[in-house]
Amino acid sequence: MTLIRLDNLTKAYPGVIANDDISFEVDKGEIHALLGENGAGKSTLVKMIYGLVQPDFGMMRLEGKGFTPTEPRTARLAGIAMVFQHFSLFEALSVTENIALGMENPPSLIILSDKIRKVSSKYGLSLDPKRLVGDLSVGERQRVEIIRCLLQDPKLLIMDEPTSVLTPQEVETLFLTLRRLRDEGTSILYISHKLEEIKVLCERATILRRGKVIGTCVPKNETAKSMAEMMVGSKLKSPKKSKANFGMPVLEVDELTLKSLDPFGTSLKNVSFNLRSGEVMGVAGVAGNGQDELMFALSGETLTDKNSIKLENEFIGQSNPVQRRLLGLLTAPEERLGHAAAPEMTLAENTLLTGFQRQKLGRRGFLNKSGAIAFAEKIVQKFDVRTPSVRNGAKSLSGGNLQKFVIGREILQSPRVFVVNQPTWGVDAAAAAFIRQALLELAEGGAGVLVISQDLDELMEISDSFMVLSEGKVSKPRPAKGITIEEIGLMMGGTEIA
Amino acid sequence: MMRLEPRTDPSNIMIGLTPILAVLATMIFGGLLFVFLGKNPFDAIRMIFWDPLLGEHAFYYRGQILVKAAPLIMIALGLSFGFRAGIWNIGAEGQFIMGAVIGGATGLALYPMDSFIVFPLMILMGSIGGLLWGLIPAYLKIKFNANEILVSLMLVYVAFNFLVGMVTGPLRNPDGFNFPESRSFQDFPSAHNPELWSGTGIHWGVLVTLGIVIMAYIAITRHIFGFNVRLAGQAPRAAKFAGVNPNKMIAICLGLSGALAGMAGLFELTGPAGKLTTTFPVGYGFTAIIVAFLGRLHPIGILFAGLLLAVTYVGGDIIQSQLSLPKASIQVFQGMLLFFLLAVDILVNFKIRIGKRITK
Repeated sequence: MTLIRLDNLTKAYPGVIANDDISFEVDKGEIHALLGENGAGKSTLVKMIYGLVQPDFGMMRLEGKGFTPTEPRTARLAGIAMVFQHFSLFEALSVTENIALGMENPPSLIILSDKIRKVSSKYGLSLDPKRLVGDLSVGERQRVEIIRCLLQDPKLLIMDEPTSVLTPQEVETLFLTLRRLRDEGTSILYISHKLEEIKVLCERATILRRGKVIGTCVPKNETAKSMAEMMVGSKLKSPKKSKANFGMPVLEVDELTLKSLDPFGTSLKNVSFNLRSGEVMGVAGVAGNGQDELMFALSGETLTDKNSIKLENEFIGQSNPVQRRLLGLLTAPEERLGHAAAPEMTLAENTLLTGFQRQKLGRRGFLNKSGAIAFAEKIVQKFDVRTPSVRNGAKSLSGGNLQKFVIGREILQSPRVFVVNQPTWGVDAAAAAFIRQALLELAEGGAGVLVISQDLDELMEISDSFMVLSEGKVSKPRPAKGITIEEIGLMMGGTEIA
Repeated sequence: MMRLEPRTDPSNIMIGLTPILAVLATMIFGGLLFVFLGKNPFDAIRMIFWDPLLGEHAFYYRGQILVKAAPLIMIALGLSFGFRAGIWNIGAEGQFIMGAVIGGATGLALYPMDSFIVFPLMILMGSIGGLLWGLIPAYLKIKFNANEILVSLMLVYVAFNFLVGMVTGPLRNPDGFNFPESRSFQDFPSAHNPELWSGTGIHWGVLVTLGIVIMAYIAITRHIFGFNVRLAGQAPRAAKFAGVNPNKMIAICLGLSGALAGMAGLFELTGPAGKLTTTFPVGYGFTAIIVAFLGRLHPIGILFAGLLLAVTYVGGDIIQSQLSLPKASIQVFQGMLLFFLLAVDILVNFKIRIGKRITK
């Protein structure tokens, strides 16, 4: 029986048709996947269902009746709930207080805590209502958001990329919860680009490409590759790894201890590892376990004890980012806009951020603008960045294109060591494959590459060796070959930290 | 309920037109103000904007415009770097005073030495006086994260009282019958900043200001310093990633704006003002904030904005004497200019939505 049915939904923004004539339906008690690359129109579509955006054309029917939510409140009253990819929680407040803040007429906090306890035990989402959100792991924060939705008894639960921040074990728990909900008759619209998960969880999948419905399939009968090719619309090449050939250590981190500047951050404790020339080392771990702090310590944005970081023959713990770049340590932080690139500046200007000194894009402090334009054009060409011109602002690029630009800007400066945090986060499949290939080629050329990522599939695909960052401590690096996802999951849970 | 919603694509034409619209709105509402004061608004507006430039006595007023524009532009140029980087020096008036006092004291200490070195030395000491006064809020911000807006503003009053103490004490003219004022620099040729060509109003400060406009233009468009300033203002985390040290940026921006304000103070003291008195500060340091924003923080824009504000200063003197309007009325007028500039800015970048808020 159909719960919600979309007919010919169309939504255009200036210059782009985000959703073009979209029709499909979700049955009662079904987990329905919405698949597509970034920019395929998934977000716009669910925003229309949730009342955040109104369609230009087309209609929706909920249980056979016309459904035109003008704001999220009407959608919620009609039984639609949504868990966003980015949580809206206050770290300094407790779980109960956070949930009460999102309610129209919250009951007293004592009654509410009781309800939260009941719902959390019923669905296997263990959570203490009294704890501060700031002390919760990302997985637990997601539970807060889910419980907030479940308290409304939704008919349709929309989940946007829910597993991108979870450990494999947490994913398992989440799936149990979702299946239980489904068995009780709740429908779930599940947005993801993790195809293996969709195969085990979802009954049906609707695939979007460039704003249009390409088709519906039963994920069990497909392979991950066939679904990916439907999403992208072309054949996919997976990155090729040549035989590992390691040289001398290029980056040695020795007993690095660093207090986090963020009150809810994680301090680094005695982090030690060696990265060899030609090696791709993966750092797995759930966000918030010291990834940002490790990144800052390596990039030079936070200074550390001089002797705790050694680049080839120099101790660089007290060197600033510019000095490190000149010595050959280049980095690419996770956040593209606002950290790795300045949104309002052009691509050409953005090359100056890291290229001014090492790439000699200036003389005696004066900018060499034509040099910057030429370097930006080289990046655009070699890394297939789709932009009308290098004079376009960084914020006008899509996530994948900007990420290719950021990675290209560093790789084309021939680093000795390249540290990258979440290289393919929120990037479409084709761009992700391209970036992974570029990282592998960089290592083949003799550089050491350190990849911090929460995407285990990615790390398994490209790493030579592997370690886990958990609660600010790293495990002993071990060869990636032969390691299983379950083993990594246990390491991530902190049970196997050496 | 009324609320502001960001425009996805603000019109570039409107952004360029903002200063002109602000001036027009100021004329309209300023005119209304003059109506309430019982004057003919068209006469008043004409006297403010037209007479100083092209009226009957404009030959005299034009020189006055340059005299008043030079310190405004010089101070505003210094402020513009900090404003772009998100560092808010509101105390240029105090740095202006300290530059005049320290530079002036240096000259007075050398009285009556006859040497070409006296005046350059005073300029240097005046700049250093402003620089050090600007570095106080910088130090407090770096060390204790004290808000530079409050500290720099409060230091204006400290500087003013320091000035009063000096002219009634150590710097008082020994031959001045106990008047609270210093020796006049007109009587001290080595330290005097004269009008270089009679009737033009051009003194050394005007020439130096022009030079600084050009240097600031090059710095902001072609030099890594200007690039880092813009980067720090637009994307502080990207600036840190690029290797810009935020503390150094605070010290440089506050120091630079202090030094330029101090230098402007010294030129003003040795030229148009002539001597240190308790009425020496006339608010250039505050008006320069309006100049910096009216000029869109761009050196060429600041050049024109400084000239425009100088016109309103001179025009303000005209309406004071000819329409016997109070001095405060022209200050209100100048304040309106900044108010409307910010208001138009908001309306260009945001649209007003009336109705119920859509909750997420």
